[in-house]
Amino acid sequence: MGNAVQQVDVEVQSESQGLEAIQKQVLDLKAQLDSLSKNVAEDKLSMIVFSGDLDKVLAAFIIATGATAMGMDVVMFFTFWGTPVLRDKGKSAGGKDMMGKMFGTMLPKGVGGVKLSQMNMGGMGTMMMKSLMKKKNVASPEQLIEMAGELGVRIFICEMSMDLMGFKHEEMIDYPNLTYCGVAKFLEEAQNSKVQLFI
Amino acid sequence: MEAIKADKTLDLKGLPCPMPVVKVSKGIKEVEIDQVIEAVTSDPGSLADFPAWAKTSGNEILKTEQEDGVIRFFIKRKA
Repeated sequence: MGNAVQQVDVEVQSESQGLEAIQKQVLDLKAQLDSLSKNVAEDKLSMIVFSGDLDKVLAAFIIATGATAMGMDVVMFFTFWGTPVLRDKGKSAGGKDMMGKMFGTMLPKGVGGVKLSQMNMGGMGTMMMKSLMKKKNVASPEQLIEMAGELGVRIFICEMSMDLMGFKHEEMIDYPNLTYCGVAKFLEEAQNSKVQLFI
Repeated sequence: MEAIKADKTLDLKGLPCPMPVVKVSKGIKEVEIDQVIEAVTSDPGSLADFPAWAKTSGNEILKTEQEDGVIRFFIKRKA
């Protein structure tokens, strides 16, 4: 009789040990799943807009707006020569040092001031391209930026470029989804994006 | 072949890339699921773009017609 009780005890004990082991395994698996799902790429496009040329900016916004139509989440990071593209023609900022003033004068003030990367021919090429685009009904960069805003494209501007070129936040365009950031923010977004582009 | 009845028509003629795809993705949200929109474009690029968009967005192109430089898509909203 005593023996039988002992045996049942042992069985219960080993059963509960088995349960514990399974529980532990389940928890381990859950943790693995969590870390895996964190690293799964989303239907997202992360784009760096490094260039400040009319043709490249145009391409960047066409891809961005097209991607939203494809149901993708879109983030654009403007850095270096891409930064002045997002200045607002009608705004100005004071309190700049000499270098800041110089950059401010020499770099395009907004997307209306950018030039073609090739065949600019002292501005004549850019002018011709713009009139051709109008004739062919191609959306202007201004229109594309506005559309991108409506479609929920998020724009990030590199704070370091802003600082380097002496641009102030108050002279940038009004855009519904504009944030200033550093490289880590881009990498965070790029890491889980299926598509990444550098333009 | 029986004619497809569209619940909504989008005139996208004269619009180049990326407008046809952008507008059709907006326009399809204006009908209910399983309803059909008719999208009319004059952009030859949309012959490749519309199927790509439909596949990615999970909608179905029922029929594509081409006539005198005008392309007519009948698209069923599925998603």
